[in-house]
Amino acid sequence: MQRQKRKNPVLRTRLPTLPPAARSRVALGLTAAAALGRFELQQCRECGTVQYPPREACQKCLSILLDWKVQPGDGELLAQTVLHHSNDLFFRERLPWRLGLVKLDVGPTVVAHLHDSVAQRVRVRAMLDRAGQAVIVALPDKENCDMADDRQLREFTCDPKHRKIFVTDGKSRFGQEMVHSLARAGAELIWVGYAEPWKKFAGFDELEKVPQVTLVPLDVTDSKNVRELAAEIAGKVDIVVNNAEYHRSFGIANRQGVEAARAEMDVNYFGLLRLAQEFGPAMRSRGADGRSSAVAWVNLLSIYALANFPPHGTFSASKAAAHSLAQCLRAEMRPAGVRVVNVFPGPIDDEWNQLLPPPKIAPAALAKAIAGALRDGIEDVYPGDVAQEWLARWRDNPKALERELSA
Amino acid sequence: MSVLQELAGAITSGRIRVVDLTQTLSPEFPGISLPPEMGQAWPFRIEEVSRYDERGPAWYWNNFSCGEHTGTHFDAPVHWISGKDLPNNATDSIPPERFIGPAFVVDCSKEAAKDPDFLLTKDFILKWEANHGRIAPRSWVLMRTDWSKRNDPVEYQNYDEEGQHTPGPDVEAVKFLVAERDVLGFGTESIGTDAGQAYHLRPPYPCHYYMHGAGRYGLQCLTNLDQLPLTGAVVVAAPLKIRNGSGSPLRVIALVENK
Repeated sequence: MQRQKRKNPVLRTRLPTLPPAARSRVALGLTAAAALGRFELQQCRECGTVQYPPREACQKCLSILLDWKVQPGDGELLAQTVLHHSNDLFFRERLPWRLGLVKLDVGPTVVAHLHDSVAQRVRVRAMLDRAGQAVIVALPDKENCDMADDRQLREFTCDPKHRKIFVTDGKSRFGQEMVHSLARAGAELIWVGYAEPWKKFAGFDELEKVPQVTLVPLDVTDSKNVRELAAEIAGKVDIVVNNAEYHRSFGIANRQGVEAARAEMDVNYFGLLRLAQEFGPAMRSRGADGRSSAVAWVNLLSIYALANFPPHGTFSASKAAAHSLAQCLRAEMRPAGVRVVNVFPGPIDDEWNQLLPPPKIAPAALAKAIAGALRDGIEDVYPGDVAQEWLARWRDNPKALERELSA
Repeated sequence: MSVLQELAGAITSGRIRVVDLTQTLSPEFPGISLPPEMGQAWPFRIEEVSRYDERGPAWYWNNFSCGEHTGTHFDAPVHWISGKDLPNNATDSIPPERFIGPAFVVDCSKEAAKDPDFLLTKDFILKWEANHGRIAPRSWVLMRTDWSKRNDPVEYQNYDEEGQHTPGPDVEAVKFLVAERDVLGFGTESIGTDAGQAYHLRPPYPCHYYMHGAGRYGLQCLTNLDQLPLTGAVVVAAPLKIRNGSGSPLRVIALVENK
């Protein structure tokens, strides 16, 4: 895809529409897996049949013992068609649209949206559409197909390529890695916030050298600052990466007073709230603004948002609050088709986790995971081994994890 | 006519000018920076409660928050460990007559322009006195550096890899002002009454240490000192009456008689 011509600013911006969003509760199992980037189908515990679409009982033996299991997704394209007419508001604005039937190697035949260059052998994935619901997408049976530029696929992903991105904190190592990673991914413009502009930070000069980057003074605890920056740039931002974070060690007993905890809440929770109030409306109005419309809002949360890690107890609490607010933001952004991507890393290898033993996720690895999640259309990101392990333990038994973490 | 009536009349007639020595409280005005692992003062922040809207149809008002040491502010003796046990050492217990006093303005603007780490010495003060007269007891000594003219927060804070570079008094100057001139306090235009590199003086932060240790006060982030005569102005600086407060943002004004 060539860089599109700039939009004439006096033309009307189309209102966002969504693809059909209604799903049964059981069908949401597909969405739950797709949110994590997994392709799962129901598999019968008794007869082993893999089935699609999701149902209450096994289509073969009627057993209700159905488990959601990760599936490989390889299959054969049986038939394809190009839609030239639709009464659905979302699709009629995006015609022509390619659809096909794919016979999966594991059994069922599925209806899939087709990547532009699929041949007979395909691999399918469950991806979230603009309504936030899982749909099945068939991709070419080779690794390096062009994901960023495929017109239909771009409706499911939030690829940074050609997009205008706002990273809220460029002072942290992670923030800098994020900016460099987005620049490499082909972002068109990147605004990078930095608080306390009188303190020059390590990495400032390298950021300034990135041609897409504009550094903007930003303290997310200052409502006026957030409001004025939003007035300047919110109407252009396609992707927000809110990585502004305040992190101190300790829980309740090992620290006097509430000031550090309040600062954590002010940045981690209220900072998100301020940004969402000021940037949210403009982004919601641009959910269908051509091929580089507003698409995603990324929140740097923490695996500690799921269960409190007492040695970093107040930080965990602030991230749990931010997680809850991010769910609210997700609900409010969904009608515009803007995806809220929540990222739950384990400890980041930074100065505030200095005394935690490895494994700690490297800032560069975290940035790579987020860029990948945007490309793949993933909504909940658990990057790195620690996050994956905690997620597995938490899904298995949250109470057990609570006890283990407080040991 | 009583002195007070005469004063009021002189202010009304303009014979006495009122000079505002206060920076505007705003989120942009820089605050004191400490190492990030230490406790931090709140910066000035303001949130709208309502503005003739559904939150309050006929009225506009804000909530603001800040630390005691924000913007143009007053330091009480209890702020420093050396003044912690003195009587009447906090914002609520300082006798109110201390909030009004004559001001002696020591102009160091040329020196500070040349050297951001300029330290005001006892010799410098003695030379100043030789030209302008002896500093009277119970007076404010205000160090004019024109630092307040640095409108860009980056210039105002003036950090480099060794930390902050702003002017202030040296150890001997502070001891001299307290012991031999019995001053009310010391005021500066920069972010602290001590120099940016005063951590390296012995003792660290001598102005805080000796002034507050002797029950004297501090004023910082002052502005418009260039509009004051070197002698003859009267400063009014009354901090908020915070119980056991270590300081407070305040409106500092100076009365200046037109000659």
